Amino acid sequence: MKEFQTKNQKVSPLKPGTKAPNFTLKTTPDQHVSLRDFLGRPVVLCFYPADWSPVCSDQLGLYAQLMSEFRKFDAELLGVSVDGVWSHLAFSKDRNLNFPLLSDFDPKGAISRTYGVFTERNGESARALFVIDPKGIIRWSYLSPDGVNPGADGILSALEKLKSPG
Amino acid sequence: MAKQNYQPPRLTLPVGERDHSEGPSDARMVLVEYGDYQCPYCGAAYPIVKKVQKELGTKLRFVFRNFPITTSHPEAEWAAETAEAAADQGRFWEMHDFLYENQASLGDHGFFNTYEKKLKLDVKRLEQEVAQHVHAGRVREDFMSGVRSGVNGTPTFFIGAARYDGYPGFGPLIAALEKAEKG
Repeated sequence: MKEFQTKNQKVSPLKPGTKAPNFTLKTTPDQHVSLRDFLGRPVVLCFYPADWSPVCSDQLGLYAQLMSEFRKFDAELLGVSVDGVWSHLAFSKDRNLNFPLLSDFDPKGAISRTYGVFTERNGESARALFVIDPKGIIRWSYLSPDGVNPGADGILSALEKLKSPG
Repeated sequence: MAKQNYQPPRLTLPVGERDHSEGPSDARMVLVEYGDYQCPYCGAAYPIVKKVQKELGTKLRFVFRNFPITTSHPEAEWAAETAEAAADQGRFWEMHDFLYENQASLGDHGFFNTYEKKLKLDVKRLEQEVAQHVHAGRVREDFMSGVRSGVNGTPTFFIGAARYDGYPGFGPLIAALEKAEKG
């Protein structure tokens, strides 16, 4: 896994083989989502810096388009950023996103930090992807430079590998 | 983004018989675009690609593949399937060009109807094929080939088999094509 030096700290995503730390985050003003809700199914965890920035929109729009492909693996996709739930709601509606956006808002970036993908310099989550297997173990992680849309090929390859190990 | 030993992603589905292309099939330069008819950046790239084609003439083969992101662009799938239906009647490029030249009218299907008549297409057949999504499989095949080749937004270009990560302007595209030709 590549590491990017930021001002105060190295962003270093949790590595494959690590148990994915559980979390409970707000997805709407009155709904929460916990990682453990999805035990038994693969989870794609997509950390991104911010709602509304054009790069994220491309990335998340592409994933929305690919939901039917992710579903073939029975996988759940969760987006995570430090934005508040109201921003998430508006953003999700504007871009027709068909998967939950979770708000790593209070305390800010706590879950992103746990996963090793909080960028202190910007006060935002880094652009990072995790594929977690049905038992809750991280099987693939990827850190993308902030300005670059990582696409979906890596996610699909990781999901394929889960399905047919070795 | 300067990275050492960076290798851009490569086309997983090689250019071949299935593709819509302009220029000689044995041209030394190959430019592949993954595009969305409703994407404003693709609309902006359209005249640039035309200019590149004009500049390089028969040295260049240009291939267009569909990459509609319908969650952002609700008319993109309709447009892609319309171009594929026109292709079935031998008029892909006419429809491709017309769609980009009239991007602002994409929601107005009647407007495109008039053009289909002008092209002397079998409009009834075309409309039926679009309504029944006869060409949806082909569009999806293009789309997934893009996803597996590192296409993460539109337009994405490939020069030969390698993704082009530079700015899609006339000068940079020409320079990159010429560089690739020299190997």
